[in-house]
Amino acid sequence: MAIGETIRNSQIWKSIFRHPMPLDRRNRIVVMLTNFFLHLHPVSIKKQGIALSFTWCMGGVTFFLFLVETVTGVLLMFYYRPTLEWAYNDILALRDVTSLGILRELHRWGAHAMVITTWLHMYRVFLTGSYKPPREFNWVVGVILLLLTLLLSFTGYLLPWDQLAIWAITVGSNMARATPILGYEGPGQQLLTIGGIDLITDGSDARFGLLGARFVGEETLNRFYVLHCIAIPLAVALLLAIHFWRVRKDGGISGPL
Amino acid sequence: MHSSGFFLKDVAGFLGGYYAFMAVMNGVAALLLWQKKRNVWAVTWAVFAGAMMVLASLALSASPAFVPALPSGARSLVNSLSGPVLYTLGTTVLLGVLFVFRKFFVQPMVAWTILNVMLVLMGLSMADENFAAIVMKPDNVPIVGLVFLLAFFTWVATKQAVVNDERIAQGLPPMEKVNDEKVLVWPDLVYTELICMVGVSAFLLFWAIFLPAPLEEPASSVKTPNPSKAPWYFLGLQEMLVYFDPWYAGVVLPSLVVFGLMAMPYLDFNKKGNGYYSIEERKFSYLVYQFGFFELWITLIILGTFLRGPNWNFFGPFEYWTPYKVEVLNNVDLPQMFWVNLLDRPLPRAPQGAGVLSQIGFVLLREAPGLVLLGAYLVLLPPLLAVTVFRGFFAKMGFVRYMVMVSLMLLMLTLPIKMILRWTFNLRYLVSIPEFSLNF
Ligand code: HEM
Repeated sequence: MAIGETIRNSQIWKSIFRHPMPLDRRNRIVVMLTNFFLHLHPVSIKKQGIALSFTWCMGGVTFFLFLVETVTGVLLMFYYRPTLEWAYNDILALRDVTSLGILRELHRWGAHAMVITTWLHMYRVFLTGSYKPPREFNWVVGVILLLLTLLLSFTGYLLPWDQLAIWAITVGSNMARATPILGYEGPGQQLLTIGGIDLITDGSDARFGLLGARFVGEETLNRFYVLHCIAIPLAVALLLAIHFWRVRKDGGISGPL
Repeated sequence: MHSSGFFLKDVAGFLGGYYAFMAVMNGVAALLLWQKKRNVWAVTWAVFAGAMMVLASLALSASPAFVPALPSGARSLVNSLSGPVLYTLGTTVLLGVLFVFRKFFVQPMVAWTILNVMLVLMGLSMADENFAAIVMKPDNVPIVGLVFLLAFFTWVATKQAVVNDERIAQGLPPMEKVNDEKVLVWPDLVYTELICMVGVSAFLLFWAIFLPAPLEEPASSVKTPNPSKAPWYFLGLQEMLVYFDPWYAGVVLPSLVVFGLMAMPYLDFNKKGNGYYSIEERKFSYLVYQFGFFELWITLIILGTFLRGPNWNFFGPFEYWTPYKVEVLNNVDLPQMFWVNLLDRPLPRAPQGAGVLSQIGFVLLREAPGLVLLGAYLVLLPPLLAVTVFRGFFAKMGFVRYMVMVSLMLLMLTLPIKMILRWTFNLRYLVSIPEFSLNF
């Protein structure tokens, strides 16, 4: 293994990894403290906290799926154009002509999987009572992450611009029309009038705000594209940082006192 | 429609692989059990694995005479029996039985038997063209996965809870406490994570290669598909639209779910069961959560996805989704029941040219029965419960927390209550004020 030795003794390697291979106890501790990615973790941890039967690794799998979605999503963005003219055709081409069109499959099934693993993670956190003090707030952060995960999935559903997409979004967003007070067909919307003029119309209600139009159209496609590719992922990234930070600050993975 | 030759050719390969996979799975189980000297079980599963190989080769024949399927009599029976009522009651009873006899069901050999029964039933059903058409829709496949994953993880959790509960009853600490020596994160955790990542990537690649993502016709705002469905994770909410108007099913209830979940850690004052699996130590919160999660979310999603066809009509699992199925809807509102059917009078109605106030008065009078019932439910019930069943809770939680908890629970129960009222009395709305688009 002379080549390996040479590489590991080179100045370049040593400038990246400031310590020998993590083969003994000392260096296994040092690697956790000096590596940017690993320092998310503590150095040592209770055995039950990493048992697969305890956490199911579900939070970790959810996070990994989020990373997969980010990478495949960025690659898809190089290809896909969110306009009425191109959206459907770009997806069609991904299926029929583009090499690596499988990225779309990875992205779509990864999204479904992430919804499922988020539910399972929450289920595990509930079943181990891990939302109890001092982890109440991290559970709240988790609930917001759950909501954002669903919204990510929902906004992405529209982008292929096929029948499945626009009708699912139409059915889903029709709900907003019924928002109490703020929805055009919602209870109490009649209350918001000034001098006999309705403030809540189909051109100003909650659904219009969501769709950017009176029905699912090009404005909606643009709006959902921006939400899906930029706004929601940024929010998720921020909340994930808080979520992981809090896991550490709340005393690591829960366990019996 | 009956299984045609074409259809069987399409699924034969899949079913062959499916049964072969079951054979391998059970073969491995038999081997492991043999090594552990549990010979009777080992032989049982080895024989079962052999039977699965036979099914696999029968399936590969792709001929209607041989592909293993449920007898058509059984399928029609299931179709004619199933409906929203039986489905909901059936799943409730099933979950209840699983919960009450959990000590029995968590035994590995019992759980393994159940898994095999589920898989065989699934395989037999897949040979039905109508069943396969719905289940094999690419976007529905994840829900099939969800069902099996939920069953598996519920087993994993319940098994540990049963052990812990027994230990706690004997005065011993839970297993998680026994295992609390410290280990280094590198290598123990880092390697587990790496293996998980490789496993998930492999699984996702496999899925992506074998199941193409759906792409239907280009969007058209004039061709409305029937049924029009939201994405699968919202189908529980869409199913609630059968019982409530969109403002409640689509806006208020989901907001309450989010709010209720966030409030949970602040409402559950029980200090026990923190950081380990246990059921006995936190039975109340456990049952409330499981009821909400399984009954009001998961089973409704399954119902909305697999059993609701054109016009949101109910279809049995092996039924053809014809758009021409007619369901008689003769639902009545409570004011109609009360004033017209019970008291035999016309609905109270403001006289022509009445002022706004008098109009409102007449609306309130018309809706009085529903408003009184609702008022009693939401206003009288909380204090009543506080001095009876929830006396202990009230004392420990204080007024505000208690009121938040009880209100959330009562609102959650509006869904099953409304379902039952619909099934028993054909009730549509308790309160119906179209003047303000307010129907409940
Ligand atoms: C995008 C979604 C989410 C990701 C990526 C995520 C990730 C994680 C990870 C990696 C952990 C470490 C332990 C473990 O893997 O189980 C964790 C812990 C935790 N998560 Fe999440 N989570 C998400 C959503 C949620 C949701 C929906 C909830 C609850 C409503 C939640 C509540 C918690 C709590 C309370 C802990 C601490 C558990 C303990 O100490 O045992 N998280 N999360």
